[in-house]
Amino acid sequence: MARLKLFLPLIIFVALALLFWRGLSLNPQDMPSALLNKPVPEFALLDVETNRELKKSDLPSQPLLLNVWATWCVSCRVEHPYLNKLAEEGVPIVGINLKDDNEAAQKWLEKFHNPYLFSVSDVEGRLALDLGVFGAPETFLVDAGGTIRCKHVGVVDDRIWQTKLQPLYERLQKQSWDEFSGELSDSLLSRCH
Amino acid sequence: MSTRRLAIPLLALLTLLLAVVTRASVEVEPLSTPELQARYQVLIEEMRCPKCQNQNLAGSDSMVANDLRREIRRLLEDGFSDAEINDYMVARYGDFVLYRPPVQRNTLALWLAPGVFAALGLLALVVIVARSRSGRGAGQESQADELSAEEQRRLAQLLRGEGDRGSKHND
Repeated sequence: MARLKLFLPLIIFVALALLFWRGLSLNPQDMPSALLNKPVPEFALLDVETNRELKKSDLPSQPLLLNVWATWCVSCRVEHPYLNKLAEEGVPIVGINLKDDNEAAQKWLEKFHNPYLFSVSDVEGRLALDLGVFGAPETFLVDAGGTIRCKHVGVVDDRIWQTKLQPLYERLQKQSWDEFSGELSDSLLSRCH
Repeated sequence: MSTRRLAIPLLALLTLLLAVVTRASVEVEPLSTPELQARYQVLIEEMRCPKCQNQNLAGSDSMVANDLRREIRRLLEDGFSDAEINDYMVARYGDFVLYRPPVQRNTLALWLAPGVFAALGLLALVVIVARSRSGRGAGQESQADELSAEEQRRLAQLLRGEGDRGSKHND
């Protein structure tokens, strides 16, 4: 008992050290999306370029990326060339133009090339709110049935695409989510918020 | 004199508190009824800004916090209950937005830990106090009891002739 008492401070120190070590390795910004495995919310918004009203039913029935962007968003400018590259490779991308000036958005698409099948103008941020978006850029991977399967907050680049989104995107092109989601590793799924 | 000395720091503290209150209540325009306004204040105090590290909706000026505040105002005016507004936010932003998380499996530790630690602390306190009390009493008694014959003799010696014996002890 006396021997144990002697080691008590050391034991407490080790326990606290482990706790803090674990705490430091967690990302406090990590916010699991509440929309994961939920359908894309309904919307009725105007097309950035044509001003035609678009609805959820206008989304193509195939795996696609839903990308939140804006001209006021600096990182979106960084991300844009990579989206162009993905679009060239045939990845369908639908844009959500968040709380933006429509004219500025049109100019942006002219100047930097338009990688989107279409972009909807979410002036009030309504759709973004329904999607649990808290900034731009954010990108959702949506399956052919219109269900959100993966989310990335921040710029999508080569590394993010290859390690996080592409593996799921390619499988979703061949199979439905339920057929292969059981085989996916936890580490891949846990990165998908 | 002493009350006067206390008055100045107290006044300073009060001013600080006032500053907090005014900062929190800066808003575009109040809701239609004071009752709604009061509920609104509670909601934005208890909901967390999704974009920020550790700020509530009331304290953040980020875009998403502004949007969420506006949404809460709209929902309140539309007659939604607090629970419905909670559900609405959680459906979009997850439990992350709640500073008062629901009691469920992954938050059980969070809810129980303070009680458990308080109980442990109290238990430790009780044990320490009980032990020191009984320990002191027992210690004195046992010392008195366990005075050996040799010690008894020395005690008697000391009591009798402190003067001449004392000098020898000091060496």
